[in-house]
Amino acid sequence: MSHIDLDTLYRQVIMDHYKHPRNRGTFDDEPLTVEMNNPTCGDRIFLQFKLDGDVLEDLKFTGEGCSISLASASMMTQAVKGKTIKEALHLSELFSKMMLGEEVDFEEFGLDDIEALQGVSNFPPRIRCATLAWKAMEKVDQ
Amino acid sequence: MDVQAIREQFPILNQEVNGHPLVYLDSSATSQKPIQVIEAVDSYYRLHNSNVHRGVHTLGSRATDLYEGAREKVKNFINAKTSTEIIFNRGTTTALNIVAQSYGLANVSEGDEIVITPMEHHSNIIPWQQVAKVKGATLKYIPLQEDGTISLDDVRNIVTTNTKIVAVAHVSNVLGSINPVKEIATIAHENGAVIVVDGAQSAPHVNVDVQDLNCDFYAFSGHKMCAPTGIGVLYGKQELLEKMEPVEFGGEMIDFVEKYDSTWKELPWKFEGGTPIIAGAVGLGAAIDFLTDIGMDNIHAYEEKLAAYALDRLGAIDDLTIYGPKERAALVTFNLDDVHPHDVSTVLDTEGIAIRAGHHCAQVLMKWLNASATARASMYIYNTEEDIDRLVDGLLKTKEYFGNVSY
Repeated sequence: MSHIDLDTLYRQVIMDHYKHPRNRGTFDDEPLTVEMNNPTCGDRIFLQFKLDGDVLEDLKFTGEGCSISLASASMMTQAVKGKTIKEALHLSELFSKMMLGEEVDFEEFGLDDIEALQGVSNFPPRIRCATLAWKAMEKVDQ
Repeated sequence: MDVQAIREQFPILNQEVNGHPLVYLDSSATSQKPIQVIEAVDSYYRLHNSNVHRGVHTLGSRATDLYEGAREKVKNFINAKTSTEIIFNRGTTTALNIVAQSYGLANVSEGDEIVITPMEHHSNIIPWQQVAKVKGATLKYIPLQEDGTISLDDVRNIVTTNTKIVAVAHVSNVLGSINPVKEIATIAHENGAVIVVDGAQSAPHVNVDVQDLNCDFYAFSGHKMCAPTGIGVLYGKQELLEKMEPVEFGGEMIDFVEKYDSTWKELPWKFEGGTPIIAGAVGLGAAIDFLTDIGMDNIHAYEEKLAAYALDRLGAIDDLTIYGPKERAALVTFNLDDVHPHDVSTVLDTEGIAIRAGHHCAQVLMKWLNASATARASMYIYNTEEDIDRLVDGLLKTKEYFGNVSY
């Protein structure tokens, strides 16, 4: 492997989300909060939701993690904002398939940036970094 | 010590990973295995495999001799008084749990204290949390000095006559600090407590003499010292083990079984319920032969030199934080500013360099370090200064790759 392969993992758009995460922070009031850890590595995410019926009206995240997990969290919040819970869960399923290297229709995400995470599927130890935020989001249904 | 000759005994090292010769710097997680160990396990299964302590056929007695022979080797390796003090089990975690579940539950009462340190591996924290919870006892921590070492004055302050158990790592798997377990044992004994030593990171690297340390229990894993996974040892002083109840009941560990009551075999077998880890013990015996041929003192001296070299070279990298004291075992835990250890590890992996990234099963210590995760390069007899040079080059590349990434 070389830097060319590394570049498939650390695409510019990922580093951009890592440097400038979208929807990072907390709401002033106390909305629904879920927490999820990756116990094998210590990555940790807190997600806050503002729900309007079954629509994810707004969400924010905080947490600690590597570039992949934080960039993925940033993108996830953008992708599911304004979606219904059912739609969001569908996107999470789609994302998991993408991590397994399956062909998926990226347009469904409505966010081109997510395609950049496809390279993670070539780095199996890092897949759990990318799916952490999505798995946390799935808890909104519980 | 001829490191090149030692390296040649480890077939796994002779490979390329991601287009580069492998540099394995994750031996604190698990060590690699020399050909002597691989062949010992292989020939056990090819020639001698049978169950032990039962049956009267030839293979049965060969397997029993090999299994009990391995126990004798362990006894000599840590200088126990007798081989009845050597209990085989799955590893350090299991060994510590036996002490907690058997000795702990029987000897700790409400209001008593169990004393540990913040640098313990989870396997030397949670078993004691559980005992404290069940018995209504207090779990107390010996504070750490700024550099991650333990002061004996603190030990004297924390350990009281209410303390029943002091459990401490011989060598920290994160800081590399070497704890004064012999002196801690004295303080524990003066207060009427027993001392339990987690030897997972010391048995592979230093000459351990349990009688000289005067520890009551000493636990370690085979897989960190060139043996296969799945075999470990609990050493305990005979007089303590004799009074303890087994924690697993069933085959192998019984003397007589009647309808409503049973009696146990004598030591050490009363703690070895079920068919034991025979091939693992044989592998551990071969690993001990391999290590003692090199000489534990030679290993320690070599690793001290290697650790000093690593500290020196890594310490010269800008924006790199090293955790733990100067005097240390052969491991260096560190973080590069603004690059998450996962990302460090992934970049190094593309250069063929294997390190550990994460919390190292020491979340209490991570909090103390104020780090959610760290990177760790841990060394063993087969590592060289060239390996450290490759690590340093890889870290410089990582820095360059991530540039000024921060947020």
